[in-house]
Amino acid sequence: MIGIALWISFFLVAMAIVLNAYRLLVGPSLPDRIIALDTMYVNSIALIILYTIWLSTRVYFEGALLIAMLGFISTVAVCKYLLRGDIIE
Amino acid sequence: MAWLDKAWIDTALEAMTAFFLVAGALITFISSFGMVHLRDFYLRMHGPAKATTLGVGLILIACMLYFVLIERTFHIQLLLVTIFLLITAPISAHLLAKVALHQKLPSDTTTTGAPSELREEDVAQEPDTPHPEVPGSGQRHSP
Repeated sequence: MIGIALWISFFLVAMAIVLNAYRLLVGPSLPDRIIALDTMYVNSIALIILYTIWLSTRVYFEGALLIAMLGFISTVAVCKYLLRGDIIE
Repeated sequence: MAWLDKAWIDTALEAMTAFFLVAGALITFISSFGMVHLRDFYLRMHGPAKATTLGVGLILIACMLYFVLIERTFHIQLLLVTIFLLITAPISAHLLAKVALHQKLPSDTTTTGAPSELREEDVAQEPDTPHPEVPGSGQRHSP
């Protein structure tokens, strides 16, 4: 049962990342591209967790945590740059 | 956790894991589809701000249940990632909304109302009485 659910989830999350890549490439404005990247790293966390379930190891938990922290910090840095023209004033 | 060693608990954990996996992946896909499908930036921000966090949180809960099922251990790292996403998603959405208002992105034509950043500014008009030291300053508005 988990195997079938895992394959369905892999397919859906991969399609979600493809849709994010579409918005990242096409997106008419700059905040569209930023929010596409933001969603893309959150979806990549989901993909890493699905891979962890598939392999039944716990090696990649720290990878998921690192991607969460660094993605958030990079989003905030780019937003500050667009708002103020500078990151650290 | 020896009290978990019963057959029906295994079945229940497996069913809950599969349910949370499919539900989380479905919600993640729907939010990304909304980000492609919706019309302007302010509408597109709904998906990543709320639904993606819920979907990935459900997938992380499914992973936690799966490790309870196969190892009888409880991993706190996944709960940490869930809490971290729940904290950071509103902050990044708030900053992105501020960026969009700063750049004055156009909103959809069916959107009613606008925040004060997108409205026309109230500019004071010139007075009717002329300034005593500037000749001809009040001429434009006088009949």
